[in-house]
Amino acid sequence: MTDKVMSPADVVGELRSGMTIGIGGWGSRRKPMALVRAILRSGLSDLTIVSYGGPDVGLLMAAGRVRRVVSGFVSLDTIALEPHFRTGRQNAAIELTEVDEGMLHWGLLAAAHRLPFLPIRAGLGSDVPRVNPQLRTVRSPYPDGEELVAMPALRLDAALVHLNRADQRGNGQYLGPDPYFDDLFCLAAERAYVSCERIAPTASLLESGPPQSLLINRAMVHGVVETPGGAHFTSCVPDYGRDEAFQAQYARSAGDPDAWQRFRAEYLDGDEASYQLAVQRFHDTQPAVPA
Amino acid sequence: MSEARMSEASMTEASTPGASLAEVCVVACAEAWRGDGAILASPMGLIPTLGARLAQLTFAPDLLVTDGEAMLIAPPDPQGSDPQGSGAQGSGADDGIEGWLPYRDVLRLVATGRRHMMMGAAQLDRYGNQNISCIGDWARPKAQLIGVRGAPGNTVNHPVSYWIPRHSPRVFVPRVDMVSGIGYDRAAALGGNGAAFHELRVVVTNLAVLDFGTPENVMRLRSVHPGVAVNEVVAATGFSLAVPEKVPVTRGPTPAELDLIRVRLDPAGRRERELPGQERPQRAAT
Repeated sequence: MTDKVMSPADVVGELRSGMTIGIGGWGSRRKPMALVRAILRSGLSDLTIVSYGGPDVGLLMAAGRVRRVVSGFVSLDTIALEPHFRTGRQNAAIELTEVDEGMLHWGLLAAAHRLPFLPIRAGLGSDVPRVNPQLRTVRSPYPDGEELVAMPALRLDAALVHLNRADQRGNGQYLGPDPYFDDLFCLAAERAYVSCERIAPTASLLESGPPQSLLINRAMVHGVVETPGGAHFTSCVPDYGRDEAFQAQYARSAGDPDAWQRFRAEYLDGDEASYQLAVQRFHDTQPAVPA
Repeated sequence: MSEARMSEASMTEASTPGASLAEVCVVACAEAWRGDGAILASPMGLIPTLGARLAQLTFAPDLLVTDGEAMLIAPPDPQGSDPQGSGAQGSGADDGIEGWLPYRDVLRLVATGRRHMMMGAAQLDRYGNQNISCIGDWARPKAQLIGVRGAPGNTVNHPVSYWIPRHSPRVFVPRVDMVSGIGYDRAAALGGNGAAFHELRVVVTNLAVLDFGTPENVMRLRSVHPGVAVNEVVAATGFSLAVPEKVPVTRGPTPAELDLIRVRLDPAGRRERELPGQERPQRAAT
């Protein structure tokens, strides 16, 4: 059986500038942040990022890795607006394909099914077609004749997702309340990389959750990376919730160039181990919060 | 309270004196879902969330409500000790889970039409076109906001209402910069199912309740909150608002509703921090 275990650097080594990369999770929830941090340290550029956007998008933009974002929103959930996304858009530093959440879903589904497009009602009448002049509509060939948006397939060169558990072969398991669209991102991609909190023996996966928690099977996956704390500071329930104090620190720092330089030096310039140590130091110096 | 304010007022008799503005707003939001049956209520923000829970616990027991993540919160058990769904304490069904609704299933439910969402808006025009995407030129916005999210799909698939905590001409504008949720003029231009499935139910603000109950489906003042004058709402609206001859006062919470809000749904009083700087002396209307 093929062993697909690799390091974050190995994953980055398989990516190329100009690629379209899909990132799983939703907002500030279960984002493959360790893989994102590895891309920050790389020389990759001109990436198109397809994402239900959170700090993954913001960090990649701040590092100058992104040419285009394809999304319906970019948010930190408990902090509504992602500061780097905000700044980047207001400076016209990136291109944006802004679509409805359902359209993004449909674009991934079309890609996964190897269809050129899928019809959807979402987008009609809104300004989404105005800001996406390449978007076409299609008329039902049946007697109803309804005109619908022809959402084009969002084919991904690579997908990055983070799950709670995986085995060495690429079977991935989520243990939280929501699978988000991680399976679809993997299916829509030429190559999919799963980071996880812990690589576990295949036989032990069903001790952690029911059969339907096995969201991703090894036919969908090319690489598996063990990255404990790899979704930090986004949530990875039940292993850990969102690190709200750290996220607040991130958002504050992102709003000011000098503060951002310090944040980058403290947390992002080193490797993943030094990131996790710096986060530990951050919490050691925080005043205790009453429960 | 001025004469002008009082002359427009006519309180419903069940209202409780001493209810705060936030509590009046919770009830006004709850009223948006009255009569909706077994559909998903999707509130964005604390006041609409309290409204949806209140509606589920009282006059709309069939509503589905999530915990803000992927779980559906069970209404009181009709077979239990609280058959009226009054939500009295000790019903034994507080905050139980009745189902699972991850994002993928929310998107499916959107397409089936079995949902009524209450969204926010950075801008809203007289036909109910909503903007949550950006302010200014889309190509290089003055202020980037969250993005269109699901608003385009929501508004062509199922009923939508809006919650505006700061009623002002900055929000109620002649023309929105980026149409995210579509209004009645654009729905009419679409025709077909897009128009048939489109419905904007109400707009609840810190001053008033508005709807689109006019021949052209333009925004109309339905009621003013206790202590608010009609001309105050008109002045805070950046387009010409349809104002009926008689404007009723938004009903306040009943004693049972107030108890549910204060004791069960929001004992920490978080609702009072949703309307900063807008504390308005509440007095019993007569």
